[in-house]
Amino acid sequence: MARIGRYIRPYAAFIVLTMVIKLLGAVMELFVPYLMEIILDDIVPTGSRSAIFLYGGGMLLCAFGCLLLNILANRMSAVSSGKITEKLRHDLFERLSRLSARQLDRLTVSSAESRLTSDTYHINQLLARIQRLGVRAPILLVGGIFMMLTMDAPLALVLIGLLPVIGLIVYFVTKTSVPLYTQEQSVLDNMVRVLQENITGIRVIKALSKTDYEKERFRQVNRELTHLDQKAGFISSLTNPSASLVLNLGLTLVVVAGAFRVNGGQCQSGVIVAFLQYFVMILNAMLGVTRIFVIWSKGEASARRVADALETPPDLLVLPQENKPEEAPAHIEFRDVTFSYTGVGTNLSHLSFRLLHGESLGILGPTGAGKSTVLNLLLRLYDPDSGAVLLDGRDIRTIPNDELRAKFGVVFQNDFVAEGAIADNLRFFRNLDDAALRRAAEDAQAWDFIEKKEGGLQATVAVRGNNLSGGQKQRLLIGRALAGTPEILVLDDASSALDYRTDAQLRQALRQNYGAVTTVLVAQRVSSIRHCNHILMLSDGQVLGYGTHLELMERCPEYRRIAQAQMGEGKEAAV
Amino acid sequence: MKKPVSTRPRDLTVSKGTLLRRFWSYLGRDRLLLVLALLLSGSSSLLSLYGPKLSGQAINAIDLGAGQVDFDTVYRCAVLMALFYILSTGLTYLLNLVMIRLSRAVSQQMRHDIFENLMALPVGFFDRHQTGNLISIVTYDVDTITQSLSSDLLQILQSGITVIVSFVMMMTIAPKLVLIFLVTVPCTVLFIRWLTRRVRPLFRKRSAKLGELNGFVEEMLSGQKTIRAYGREDAVLERFDEKNRAAVDAYTVAEANGTVTGPSVTFINNVSLTLVCVCGALLFLRGEISFVQYSRKFSGPINETANIIAELQSAFAAAERVFGLIDAQPDTPDAPGALELTHVQGDVEFRHVDFSYEPGKPILKDLSLHAKPGSLTAIVGPTGAGKTTLINLLMRFYDVDGGGIYVDGHDIRQLTRHSLRSAFSMVLQDTWLFYGSIYDNLAYGKEGATLDEVVRAAKAAKIHSYIDRLPEGYQAILSDNGAGVSKGQKQLLTIARAMLLDAPMLILDEATSNVDTQTEQQIQAAMQELMQGRTCFVIAHRLSTIQSADHILVMRDGQVVEQGTHRELMAQNGFYRQLYEAQFDRA
Repeated sequence: MARIGRYIRPYAAFIVLTMVIKLLGAVMELFVPYLMEIILDDIVPTGSRSAIFLYGGGMLLCAFGCLLLNILANRMSAVSSGKITEKLRHDLFERLSRLSARQLDRLTVSSAESRLTSDTYHINQLLARIQRLGVRAPILLVGGIFMMLTMDAPLALVLIGLLPVIGLIVYFVTKTSVPLYTQEQSVLDNMVRVLQENITGIRVIKALSKTDYEKERFRQVNRELTHLDQKAGFISSLTNPSASLVLNLGLTLVVVAGAFRVNGGQCQSGVIVAFLQYFVMILNAMLGVTRIFVIWSKGEASARRVADALETPPDLLVLPQENKPEEAPAHIEFRDVTFSYTGVGTNLSHLSFRLLHGESLGILGPTGAGKSTVLNLLLRLYDPDSGAVLLDGRDIRTIPNDELRAKFGVVFQNDFVAEGAIADNLRFFRNLDDAALRRAAEDAQAWDFIEKKEGGLQATVAVRGNNLSGGQKQRLLIGRALAGTPEILVLDDASSALDYRTDAQLRQALRQNYGAVTTVLVAQRVSSIRHCNHILMLSDGQVLGYGTHLELMERCPEYRRIAQAQMGEGKEAAV
Repeated sequence: MKKPVSTRPRDLTVSKGTLLRRFWSYLGRDRLLLVLALLLSGSSSLLSLYGPKLSGQAINAIDLGAGQVDFDTVYRCAVLMALFYILSTGLTYLLNLVMIRLSRAVSQQMRHDIFENLMALPVGFFDRHQTGNLISIVTYDVDTITQSLSSDLLQILQSGITVIVSFVMMMTIAPKLVLIFLVTVPCTVLFIRWLTRRVRPLFRKRSAKLGELNGFVEEMLSGQKTIRAYGREDAVLERFDEKNRAAVDAYTVAEANGTVTGPSVTFINNVSLTLVCVCGALLFLRGEISFVQYSRKFSGPINETANIIAELQSAFAAAERVFGLIDAQPDTPDAPGALELTHVQGDVEFRHVDFSYEPGKPILKDLSLHAKPGSLTAIVGPTGAGKTTLINLLMRFYDVDGGGIYVDGHDIRQLTRHSLRSAFSMVLQDTWLFYGSIYDNLAYGKEGATLDEVVRAAKAAKIHSYIDRLPEGYQAILSDNGAGVSKGQKQLLTIARAMLLDAPMLILDEATSNVDTQTEQQIQAAMQELMQGRTCFVIAHRLSTIQSADHILVMRDGQVVEQGTHRELMAQNGFYRQLYEAQFDRA
């Protein structure tokens, strides 16, 4: 919890106030039996009815005060714990949404998700409960012990001597249970992952009749989770019985010791009777305190996971600008870029190219050649291992994120379509009016299908875009990229699901309306890129050829082979 | 501006009356444990009355005064007390264990049942519900139920017993004053009823909002790369804040109202205590006895029970969501007496098929086609023409609205889904790989496939050399985003998976759209081999890949507008020819 302390601190005063109110409520509550005792012990013998009614009225007043104060304190605890959780979640989501691809890969989406919801929820509960339970029990505990000490110190010391034993028990139980709860949460991550995989892959799973297998897989993770949960529960539920055993045995000692003291005339037997009364109070208070520790262990495990995620060091920092931008820079330049995802092998080696404003680059190459990697580096989703990527002569590592991102319109392979309206998917959280969306959709050849949908731009897109065909999704995504009037358009195999006719129309629209936009596109078809100003032919991260279509046809045998194979489809298509 | 998308559709609800019965059906599953819990809790409650009696005896023995203490009795009592406390601690801990076991078994069973039903649900269900929201039901809602079962149920049991015991004692001591409780108990009960009615919807909202938040988080995290590429983190964060605030507000309101119960019931009890005390004092003045001590003992447990009932409301609200998901309408089960499809010839026929995903929006209209055994049927047409729908129907992810689909002359509705689906190998455009080794992913469709078989399939799918170069080879783990594994490679992996299957029929739905053409051609060669003697359905936008098809269906707006071989269709000079020529335009 200490690691998320800075979220609690701003509310410290408020929380203290809550606890004070709670305390006042507890005092009020104690006044009720106190007044009652006065009635029974002091007033009844006097026989004064009016005094009985007076004190009875006092009891009612206290009861009412106790009601109001407790309701108020409970409300306040709900508010402060809610506010703290809200801020914590906010920061956590902010941190997670800025994780680099590498970091998110390591953390996994399922773990990020459960940290954001399940773990913060545990913390929320912990905060609220500690405020509600955390005052009464310790106060009663301390008060009870104090009362005992004033009555007969030596007897009280017998009980007090046992408190460290309880302390030790609590310490060891928490020490074992926190790691168990941590482990449990990580098994929960696995369960979330299995669920995610099953839901997203439901068609494949059903097609392969693997539902029984998946059920077994879920059964396993379910069993594991249950097992851990049980184990953690078994261990943390040791605290209460053992604490009460220790106290009760202490009480037995008190009775025996008391017998000696009474026999020796050092104290009255009435003291022992009173001791028994207070003992019940102390025992209950102690159980309350240990319960807090149980809640705390679970919250602590979650707090650590949240803190771990929050403290992920920032990646891909913006570097200070070193030199002035160069004279006559290219719009996009890769300067001897080498990169590897894992550090084993290279995914790109010594890549260099220059694109001027309004020029286009087509990237072609076999599967796994490093085409998407070029785009990942251009967008600074990763930093190159050596070499540099430059925009207008500036190293992109020195360009502030907002400035950098605003330049691009991007479509990744099988890009992300969110549940919601078509317009929301086109707009994608930007400040764009419907006219801009429509224009972009038209250029992306998406308007005709959008228009046919009921509600048009407001028509609903199902989860993961499942009510759209592959081609419709791609056109929607291209529309998204165009809608922001980007400086640079990056399309990663973005028209692969389009039929040729639509693809051709799209290319024409791009040529006509986005002539000034520098375009980088990855494609499988030569026909999609042959009109580009430059074509980059990659294989296994190596540059096989760079030039125009005609140049490559001449110089690059691999390119020629692909082109001829594809063009050969049309009998007269060789260029 | 934005049309809200319902994230809690109507088909996730459960009728209120059945809730308790459903709970019981889970709790009652392990009768033995339940009986044990009852016994243990009963005996530990009884023991709790015995302890004070012993200490009372000891005190009586001490009370004799200085020098007179009856040490024999004191020792005897002390030893008995020690034994008794050890025994009762043992019982309490045992009871804890039983309750934990019981509640965890319930949650395990609930998760199990949810998942079983998820697997039985029609695929369309998952297009309508956010993944994160469903996940939140399995995790958060089930957890809420477990928490209250393990702690609250125990307390209800114990309080119940104490209430009864105390009540009996009071009856024997001062029956008259019980009258006062005849006022306060109904007050408490009415109050709790009123409160639960008020609080339940709040807890329901709390669960729902947390589910929505989870849905949003899940969706946005899965699109995180795109969000970062567009630099929209701040805007998404803003949207997150809305959802977050809604979830926190729902939590705070539910909590604030739920926690009114405790103080209120205390209040009612304090009032009754005051009444008892004042009346008792007045009675005493008339010469009757005091019994206040027991009334406290009696009101304490009522108090707690009330608290717990309030807390149970959150469990009930969560249970509604859990049962809603368990009850969601699964696919119609296989027809009674459904046949196993065996010795598949691969004769597939669509007869006058009508189909729509949503009533009134037909996707397929009176579609007929016949694929003979071993033939290659290609389906082409503009995007959105209904090509993928054919596959959905063929695999029986959906049932036709009119007409029928026949495999080897059997209406597929008369076949078991399992045997129908295992007659097909399918490669979808949407590559699905799970967290696990490459080997596991490839062998997924064929249990117990040897490494040799897997390698052979990987070679045929042209992905072997890539795998071979990985440091861990076939044991390399594919992670979430699979950094370093390109989309095309993922497609090749799924193709290898299908090749391993060796099913009599083959469906390729734009299976190679992200694969470069050269690799594609190589795969085609392997496919050709694979397709020998198999009925194949190929959906493709690259018309080159299907020229050799026996039969080409050209679809447009849900209807087959042309069909025939490549040659025939080109000769027809119609829509197919237009499509075909469009790919070679040299604008």
